[in-house]
Amino acid sequence: MDKNRKVHQFKNPVLNWIEFRLPIISYFKKEYGDYPMPKNCNYFWSFGALATITLVTMIVSGIFLAMNYTPHTDMAFDSVERIMRDVNYGWLMRYIHSNGAAFFFIIVYIHIVRAMYFGSYKYPRELNWILGVFIFLLMMATSFLGYTLPWGQMSYWGATVITNLFSAIPFIGEGLKTWLLGDYNVGNATLNRFFALHYVLPFVIFGVVGLHVAAVHVHGSNNPDGIDIKTNNDSVNFFPYMLIKDTVAMCAFGVAISAVIFFGPNLMAEVDNYIPADPLVTPAHIVPNWYLAPFYAILRAVPDKLGGVLLMFGAIVILFVLPWLDRSKVRSCNYRPIYKWFMMGFFVNFFALGYVGMLPAEGLYLLIARVGLLYYFGFFFIITPFVGWIEKPSKLPLSISDVYSKNITPNIGGGEKGIPSPAMQKDTNL
Amino acid sequence: MAKKPKNKRRDFLQLSTVTLGAVGTAAFIWPFLKSMSPAEDTLAAGSTEVDISTIEEGQSITIKWRGKPVFIKKRTKEEIDAAKMVQASDLRDPQDDADRVQKEEWLVLVGVCTHLGCVPLGQKVSDMKGEYDGWYCPCHGSHYDTSGRIRKGPAPKNLDVPPYTFLNDNTIKIG
Repeated sequence: MDKNRKVHQFKNPVLNWIEFRLPIISYFKKEYGDYPMPKNCNYFWSFGALATITLVTMIVSGIFLAMNYTPHTDMAFDSVERIMRDVNYGWLMRYIHSNGAAFFFIIVYIHIVRAMYFGSYKYPRELNWILGVFIFLLMMATSFLGYTLPWGQMSYWGATVITNLFSAIPFIGEGLKTWLLGDYNVGNATLNRFFALHYVLPFVIFGVVGLHVAAVHVHGSNNPDGIDIKTNNDSVNFFPYMLIKDTVAMCAFGVAISAVIFFGPNLMAEVDNYIPADPLVTPAHIVPNWYLAPFYAILRAVPDKLGGVLLMFGAIVILFVLPWLDRSKVRSCNYRPIYKWFMMGFFVNFFALGYVGMLPAEGLYLLIARVGLLYYFGFFFIITPFVGWIEKPSKLPLSISDVYSKNITPNIGGGEKGIPSPAMQKDTNL
Repeated sequence: MAKKPKNKRRDFLQLSTVTLGAVGTAAFIWPFLKSMSPAEDTLAAGSTEVDISTIEEGQSITIKWRGKPVFIKKRTKEEIDAAKMVQASDLRDPQDDADRVQKEEWLVLVGVCTHLGCVPLGQKVSDMKGEYDGWYCPCHGSHYDTSGRIRKGPAPKNLDVPPYTFLNDNTIKIG
């Protein structure tokens, strides 16, 4: 017990009473009130907050769906239809949940793109990146488990294909698969355990998100210029500046997701999943959820069962070591004239992989998937280490304030006769 | 010198405590892991008897056995010849046609692709049967021949042959 602990004093006596016993108020003030954010952060930095809000929305809508769902092979499909037709606002809960999952992935993909382009994964935020990749893995597992629950054709056959991936492992594969399924094929035992795990994993994600946020607050957020905060001039307090900015982002997000929920709730759904599961008939065309399609494309691009499975999981595992593959000390791609284009190529390539992952694996699509696969791994193993070695980065600004002040010259913008230049207006706004 | 035996005693206690703790934890976890394996009633899924007297030559039926589809096909002369002509050593999963059937005209297969578990097409007349005129898996493009052997595509093994016996000329017992 630290006798010398300085107890923070507030005006409100109730807060003081709590603070003395559990210093949670000063913790929140420090981490979410006075927390310094680099003042050059753009809207890319709102996606962490958006992801957290979406996670909470998913958990809440999921709990209410679970109150009306029956995890049994004979009743699961009908109970979902009952939610859609008979349960008050059940359709809304379900559309929020199913489209929320898709939007969760959109947000997290943008969040990852942000981290990669602006080099947020580099020293000293490597552990933060690792926790993030771990969250991404948990999200994929959770969404796969959840997709099984409506017990439609795509649920059943998606679960069959994915669990069969484990049978590719030599010697123990078949046994492991049977153990995971609790049966020799996807059945009632499988549905029951998938439901139990789908319920619990989001809370695990919530815990890891807590660590992820705590870790980023140790060294502070990265920013578009990838340089550290040096003086108070470089930052603004989280409250109210960033909170307001995140709120604006949240409103825009709310409009986007509402548009889909209310006007195109099945845009991202597969028609075949409105047919009850039939173990004797495989749909002509098994497709994963679009947000897992890039990895599915990698799986199918390899003409060998074990090889395909290894490369697919390898494509995710490789992300863990990205901080050590990148040799450059410069974080932001804005100051990396060569790597910048390879990075953008990586994003385009990932998108292309996702596109062909939704189409049959034949002809031109298969060729694109194979080229995409080569670029995906080539980017990590060859381009990233090699470019860091040869590239000459552009000159970094001395400080975050410098990014703005150096632009203030009489030649730029409408700088004459007391009208501030655009750059200066930006500075005063922040 | 008085200290040394005392340290040894402490080391022993520490090591034995940790060991016992580890064994105890493992013994505690085991029932939980084992509970996820197929239950007794699942294992006792049993066998299925099928009447095959109505199957015409060249026709194939699908029945359900232990939750999986099983194909029973009465092969034509050409299909049998095509299956027999292949050199087993040329195949990915080498097996002679004779090792896969009990009676030449009756082919019994578990209708689950050995790649990722889809049900291959080829049971209906209108289905795609693949380049070897047997079965074709639409999921990832595996081709099986008239003996259910893998010939082309990502699947590593031939379609499984379930355990079955002919009870008489018109009835097969599967399982």
